Amino acid sequence: MTTSVPMPAVAPAGLAGVPLSDVPTSRKDFASDQEVRWCPGCGDYIVLAAVQAFLPSLGLRRENIVFISGIGCSSRFPYYLDTYGMHSIHGRAPAIATGLATTRSDLSVWVVTGDGDALSIGGNHLIHAMRRNVNLTILLFNNRIYGLTKGQYSPTSEIGKITKSTPMGSLDQPFNPISLALGAEATFVARTLDFDRAHLTSVLTAAAAHRGTSLVEIYQNCPIFNDGAFEVLRDKEQSEARLVRLEHGMPVRIGEREWLHDAHAADPSAAFEISRLDDGTMNHVPIGIFRQVERPTYDDQLRDQVEKAKDLDTDADADLAALLAGSDAWNVGPS
Amino acid sequence: MGTGVSKQVEQLDQVVIRFAGDSGDGMQLTGDRFTQETALFGNDLSTLPNFPAEIRAPAGTLAGVSSFQLHFADHDILTPGDAPAVLVAMNPAALLANVKDLMPGATIIVDSHDFTERNLTRAGYRSNPLEDGSLQLFAVHELDLSDMTLEAIKAFGLTRKDATRAKNMYALGLVSWLYGRSLAGTEAYLARRFAGKPDIRDANLAALHAGWNFGETTETFAVSYEVKPAPMPAGSYRNITGNLALSYGLVAAAVRSGLELFLGAYPITPASDILHELSKHKRFGVVTFQAEDEIAGIGAALGASFGGALGVTTTSGPGIALKSETIGLALTLELPLLVIDVQRGGPSTGLPTKTEQSDLLQAMFGRNGESPVPIVAPRSPGDCFDAALEAARIAVTYRTPVILLSDGYLANGSEPWHIPDVDTLLRIDPGFATTPNHETEAGQHEFWPYQRDPETLARPWAVPGTAGLEHRIGGLEKADGHGNISYDPTNHDLMVRTRQAKVDRVADLIGPLEVDDPDSSARLLVLGWGSTYGPIGAACRRLRAAGRPIAQAHLRHLNPFPRNLGEILRRYDRVVVPEMNLGQLALLLRARYLVDIVSYNQVRGQPFSAGELEDVLGAAVEETNR
Repeated sequence: MTTSVPMPAVAPAGLAGVPLSDVPTSRKDFASDQEVRWCPGCGDYIVLAAVQAFLPSLGLRRENIVFISGIGCSSRFPYYLDTYGMHSIHGRAPAIATGLATTRSDLSVWVVTGDGDALSIGGNHLIHAMRRNVNLTILLFNNRIYGLTKGQYSPTSEIGKITKSTPMGSLDQPFNPISLALGAEATFVARTLDFDRAHLTSVLTAAAAHRGTSLVEIYQNCPIFNDGAFEVLRDKEQSEARLVRLEHGMPVRIGEREWLHDAHAADPSAAFEISRLDDGTMNHVPIGIFRQVERPTYDDQLRDQVEKAKDLDTDADADLAALLAGSDAWNVGPS
Repeated sequence: MGTGVSKQVEQLDQVVIRFAGDSGDGMQLTGDRFTQETALFGNDLSTLPNFPAEIRAPAGTLAGVSSFQLHFADHDILTPGDAPAVLVAMNPAALLANVKDLMPGATIIVDSHDFTERNLTRAGYRSNPLEDGSLQLFAVHELDLSDMTLEAIKAFGLTRKDATRAKNMYALGLVSWLYGRSLAGTEAYLARRFAGKPDIRDANLAALHAGWNFGETTETFAVSYEVKPAPMPAGSYRNITGNLALSYGLVAAAVRSGLELFLGAYPITPASDILHELSKHKRFGVVTFQAEDEIAGIGAALGASFGGALGVTTTSGPGIALKSETIGLALTLELPLLVIDVQRGGPSTGLPTKTEQSDLLQAMFGRNGESPVPIVAPRSPGDCFDAALEAARIAVTYRTPVILLSDGYLANGSEPWHIPDVDTLLRIDPGFATTPNHETEAGQHEFWPYQRDPETLARPWAVPGTAGLEHRIGGLEKADGHGNISYDPTNHDLMVRTRQAKVDRVADLIGPLEVDDPDSSARLLVLGWGSTYGPIGAACRRLRAAGRPIAQAHLRHLNPFPRNLGEILRRYDRVVVPEMNLGQLALLLRARYLVDIVSYNQVRGQPFSAGELEDVLGAAVEETNR
């Protein structure tokens, strides 16, 4: 399909300052010439296709979009998108993206990461990016396993998981990435599913529109090392009972309980409570946007400070000369 | 003798003075103020602050002693001096910690207030040195500076604690009288510093003047001294520390390249002052980012470089180890990046506030894979400015991370700095790629991120936002030219060799090494790098003055070496390399040039003294000429 997607008339807050394309772009414009090399059946293919199809809807110039990834299967993502991209270091993509987003307000900056990349080796950078609220969209592909290193348990693997490195079962309590993000003061926190393209696209649209750090957890199947991890959510007969679809202002029903979901609440406590609905059994798995609140971004505020400090009356060379001379200089005349 | 009676003024050609007290006594400030006045007066000077890693170690203990040494002269000098001729000691511990360094006959001005049995014991004295004759080699002025300060400022009604804190100003006033230094700069400083606290400002001013007046009126000091200004090339000067000069060099690099400067840094001693300084200069478009850790500091800097800024990260000690992986990524991405390492004593946490030159081999080799990085090392505090500018030029021209090796001595030491004319600073051309650089057989124009400049072997710097140049880069090996992922063995071999060749070509930019051998008769060459320039140079001057020829060369570029280095090394019968490590440069020289090197090493956390090197080099010259 190469049908062009209609462009928005006005850029949403998350994309303010990023130049719009003069002509509509299509899915094809975002496919690079590189052969995609994930395993057959990998959930990453579906996410890639969805992202390639979704990006034209932002209406941005292709050259003003940057994808930065860490290390892992999902981190090959940038190679397959014909935008600017960097396949960086294990866990460090949020830090690298922070430097880029802070210095370039005209870019739409995306981070692609996995559960090992973001939550294990890169946990520190992830929480600090969210705390600062740098204008980034982070796609966290969660397959609950280390794929590229061939099947060790990850920080989202369930307790007791038998893997190559845990023949008697894993011992450590997994992270709930949504709870973690809420605890780290994230302003946009959502979960979606690799196999539900419509939902995935709607969450991506909202994440891109959000100004600040958007964390999108994507449940993604690894057919080789953790096949079927989310099968109960995909299975038509079971999924409707298990999935809790979150919509701001709409009721959430769990058994007898019912309440209105307020994703805009200043206090993240209710969102945190929702994030705990899944106790590991996947009986109640909330998907959609848990939290979406406005807070000034680190990069906007830093740019404001720089603008305020700039003295527009002098040129840089003259200003530099004054800086170097300081206030305690003395002159030595010709001898 | 009363007021108005002029005292005798004795002429000196140079003085080494040391101020020492508790970490909370304000000795760094006292030293700094005296230095500023000395600089304004026109002496050449060199300073050496020395302070503990603990912010406030227990008062009165050896662990808490902080000192500031200043060497000033009526001629060109290179070091903060060896043995002080004057010690100002504010308590027993400060006396004990420093008295062994003094020259025989030195003057000691000591605050006798704290010489109680309890405080003497706390400092580690078994008997009172003011009474037991152990100081008979020195001219001791026992003064109760604490009480005299309290008396001088009692009108201001300060608490005893606040009042006692002014005693450093009393001491400064006294020493200022002794050497004929003006008080004007310090008066202005105090007015600024305590603008919101008039009581404290006035009390400090009163203490400062009381100290001066005490010197002038008392019979304790019969003589004052004069050290005439040193002849210097015409121009504007200011006193500057290495960290400040380095910060200014970075700002200058931003201004002269037109690039935004982005500093990603995590606080660490002694590099933090660069973060503090640069954070003040947002008006130049300088962005400072205090990261969550060392890795994020360099990661964010690299991200900024990818976006077309001049990315810089600063660190010290173990921080450089944490940055290794990102330096590796930067060098394979071939993006400009400055890595400033203010070396300190190691390994591990080591000696945070002391100097050392022991990160050279880490800078050379401390990454996985074949990973060459240009290395630049300044030789003096003021030279940090030029070194930072040059490191930026290399990084931008060759699209490579560059490591700048400063150290704790350069960072906090100071010297008069000839303020450069901004117009004379070379501009740096970022040379961003704007158009495709490759034509396919079908006649299509493409952008190849790894197609190189034939002269520098640098690849194009195409920043996001440039239409038609969209590309992906990463840590995986890239194919020569188009830059797509490549596992091809021959390509990897080519890329490894090309990255090395590119760094080797930096030698085109840096020019040949110069040797200082005034009468061309030396058979021994002393070769140093970085902050040892001062003491090596001072030792060479002394040896030459004593009729012993010696050649001196000093490396600013540790990678690549200047092209003529091998030829220079082979020209001399003996090459001595003094280093504040266990022979790291010597190892590189032996491996590279198959020339024997005589190493002279110390790792005491302090710079070499000129006297020590004079002895060592003098003996080596004798042996060579025998």
